[in-house]
Amino acid sequence: MFAYEFMRTAFLAAFLAAFVCGPVGWFLVLRGQSFASHALSHVGFAGAAAALLWGEPAFFGFGLSAVISGMGMGVASDRVVGRDVMIGLVLSLAMGTGALCLHFLTRSAGAATALLFGDILGISPSSLYWLGILAVGCVMGLAVMGRPLLFASLQPDVAEAKGVNLRLLDVLFLGLVGIASAMCSQITGVLLVFTLMVAPAAASLRLGFGPMSGMAVAFGLALFEAWGGLCLSWLTDCPASFWIALLGSAVFATANGVALLREHYGVPSVKP
Amino acid sequence: MTTPAIEAGQLSVSYGGQRVLDQVSFAIPPGSFVAVLGGNGAGKTSLFRAILGLATPEQGYVRVEGRHFGRGRMPVGYMPQMRRMAGGQLSGWHMVAAALRGRSWGLPWCSAHARAEVDAALDAVDARALAKRPVMSLSGGERQRLLLAQALLDHPRILLLDEPLASLDPARMRETTRRIYDLARQRGLTVLFSTHDINPLMGFMDHVLYLAHGKALLGSVDEVMTTPALSALYGAPVEVVRADGRLFVVADGGADTLHCCDCAEHTR
Repeated sequence: MFAYEFMRTAFLAAFLAAFVCGPVGWFLVLRGQSFASHALSHVGFAGAAAALLWGEPAFFGFGLSAVISGMGMGVASDRVVGRDVMIGLVLSLAMGTGALCLHFLTRSAGAATALLFGDILGISPSSLYWLGILAVGCVMGLAVMGRPLLFASLQPDVAEAKGVNLRLLDVLFLGLVGIASAMCSQITGVLLVFTLMVAPAAASLRLGFGPMSGMAVAFGLALFEAWGGLCLSWLTDCPASFWIALLGSAVFATANGVALLREHYGVPSVKP
Repeated sequence: MTTPAIEAGQLSVSYGGQRVLDQVSFAIPPGSFVAVLGGNGAGKTSLFRAILGLATPEQGYVRVEGRHFGRGRMPVGYMPQMRRMAGGQLSGWHMVAAALRGRSWGLPWCSAHARAEVDAALDAVDARALAKRPVMSLSGGERQRLLLAQALLDHPRILLLDEPLASLDPARMRETTRRIYDLARQRGLTVLFSTHDINPLMGFMDHVLYLAHGKALLGSVDEVMTTPALSALYGAPVEVVRADGRLFVVADGGADTLHCCDCAEHTR
């Protein structure tokens, strides 16, 4: 399996995506913003399709549109809360715009499939370079804002009273979510970003880990899903994104089962 | 003359386009235990937000220990009204620890010293054991204790407690009030304690800050909870009735009970 360069590249790309998706996803689930990753991937799809039509790499179109939209969501956070219909319409419009762009592409079918369901085996070594830069930047950004972000996520009223700028954190964090979504979409595709970003983080939180250990566990589980998906894809010749989605569900179901058993037997799930 | 712990002068604050505090002035002596009383929308939370620097006064000023502190720099511990808490899967310990130096940039990492500080705050409210449990498994009263522990971090000299008795049963209300009172006396804290129900505070508070119709009245229970004083504050006739050891504040004609106070227990 590792004799082929495309497989080695795929494993490295999966590592980088998991490295970002674990910690970013942990905060995303903690803050109850899981849907944001799904929404940003939809908007990113339109950006990626537009970039392809323009003759630019889909990844840059995806990343740019997702980051701008994420930061926009942060700025307008007060105004979009509870507006499900408006959000749904914006997402539908984004998908529709993406479909229109793909319609004008001569290679639309292959491009659409790659965007929607990922094409991890098609990642080039040069893309790996960009993924690496983004992964390091993203995790460093999260490391810098981690403490106030945690405070603001858990107790926004007190954090604001203590001088934390909630709006700034929201904008910066959702910008990072945009980058993470773009990276994740390279592996799982637009429609399955949720599996790598949210499932490992939700499992980690369900198991009751604290912030630092929780982010590390989320990274480990995301890596397990991504590498496991690649291996199973190699063995079965089925799409990696399918296996990643399946493993994501299995990971969360297992974590939930463990947590329920602990609750049933009164075993404390947390060691401060 | 002693500098007031909190002083407001001609303070006006609006919320949602409506003026909730209108040229309010008062001075709270340091070390006092003050019940902030008033109905829904009377401006209790707006007053706290103004003190914390979260609401900009349209007019007047509010000073803490005679100074204008920058937001987040004042020696004030704040316990907000309890709402749905995010991160319910995390332990109570982590919930409290997140507030310790939470405005500093960096990883949410706790040093041994920071862990000891969190443990000490939890010990102060007797919440060390329950802090091991996930927040979502805790009752309302237990969560209130965690929020109180969080307010005690960083050694504040003033505590602003916004409806700390909400969702507690009467027995828990008295217990919580006594706990806060004992802490305040041990540490020499000034406490502003907002509540709809004054009953559990009887015998503990030094002063009442009564808010109504944008105005405020500060004084002892006997000074504030009188028919003339509250009629003047409401700008309409109200009657303060004492019956069977209980204190009722009744609107003109007796149709609406504005407040009731159980006066049976005046001793600590």
